[in-house]
Amino acid sequence: MAGQSDPHLSIFSAEEVEFIAEDEMVEIVPNLRMDALNFICGDFGPFFPQIANQVPLWLAVALKKRGKCTIRPPQWMTIEKLTQVLEAERDSQRVFEQLPFHYVEISRLLFDHARDDIPDVYMVRSLIEDIRDVRFHKVETSLETLNERALALKINNLSAMEVNIVRPFVGRALQAFYKHDSPELIPDQERVLDRRPQVVSNATRLSYGAIFRTNGCLEF
Amino acid sequence: MASASGEGSPARVDGDYESLVSTPDVELLKRAWRNEKAAPEILHFQTDLIRRVIGQIQLTEETIEEFSSDGIDPLTVSLYQMDLDRTQYLLRSYLRIRLQKIEKYMFHISNKPEVQSRLSGQEKGFARRCTEDMERHLEEGVLSKLPENYQDILKQSIISEENDMGN
Repeated sequence: MAGQSDPHLSIFSAEEVEFIAEDEMVEIVPNLRMDALNFICGDFGPFFPQIANQVPLWLAVALKKRGKCTIRPPQWMTIEKLTQVLEAERDSQRVFEQLPFHYVEISRLLFDHARDDIPDVYMVRSLIEDIRDVRFHKVETSLETLNERALALKINNLSAMEVNIVRPFVGRALQAFYKHDSPELIPDQERVLDRRPQVVSNATRLSYGAIFRTNGCLEF
Repeated sequence: MASASGEGSPARVDGDYESLVSTPDVELLKRAWRNEKAAPEILHFQTDLIRRVIGQIQLTEETIEEFSSDGIDPLTVSLYQMDLDRTQYLLRSYLRIRLQKIEKYMFHISNKPEVQSRLSGQEKGFARRCTEDMERHLEEGVLSKLPENYQDILKQSIISEENDMGN
């Protein structure tokens, strides 16, 4: 029963993942003079025209929307770099290339709000979409290796979105394997109907403690 | 695992003093929020952290008011407002997830002193009122109409030793 705990409680919505990604730093070139901003989340600025500055993505987008800056796309967002990544992803069946943990969200936010700041934006966009597809296919293949002997699953270099999509499934799958493997964890049928689904056994802790780790590696 | 479950224990927080000093409170709140969202159980309430964050929110609210009356550039004011909104969102979401968990596991929480000790004072009050309301509801709706032996809210019957609810 514990395996049926509410999946909505344990995952992040796409908006929430994007919210987290908006704290990633990007470089902007402002075109106005503005005093330093002492925010709750940190101090930024002062800003001078044409002098580059590091700010969180949400601030960059806010300034961009008002026409107060240009955003410098991150170094990995070039045709050359992305082509390399895509080739490497295609070459290897197992390994995931290293990309920023939030590459999906960052690139989408930039495409939505700063497309004129990205050189070759169409090409870059289609490369990122290809990389996403290749990687996701690989995630699915990796998941096929899950079996009844697995207590944990480790995939290196997964990104935030990818972890988030597979987390509920992997958690439940491991839970189910663990339960079917240990007869003592399956409560007898008569009592199960009346019990509240709140038994937090060691098995639950083991496979439900899915963490959202920023090093981009998925562990359950 | 260790990092997720250890977050709430005071010992660990002390051990991480160095990194705590250098990490902004919002960052710590974000971590607590993620852990709370991903964990099946309710975790320890981050009393000190929440107090500090609320203090910062109030301070920023005052700053924004001053800015508006001082005629500071509206762009700057709106950026401060965005920063404030983000922090408030995190705080609300953190508190809300905890309330959802309390509503869902109220009998479990009220039965286990260990779990109860993880709640803040206000949350304890909320859990108590929740349990009372639910008890009254079940009492009026069903239990009072059952034979005497079966009127316990937690057990199937008086002779049953096990709590069927709230385990």
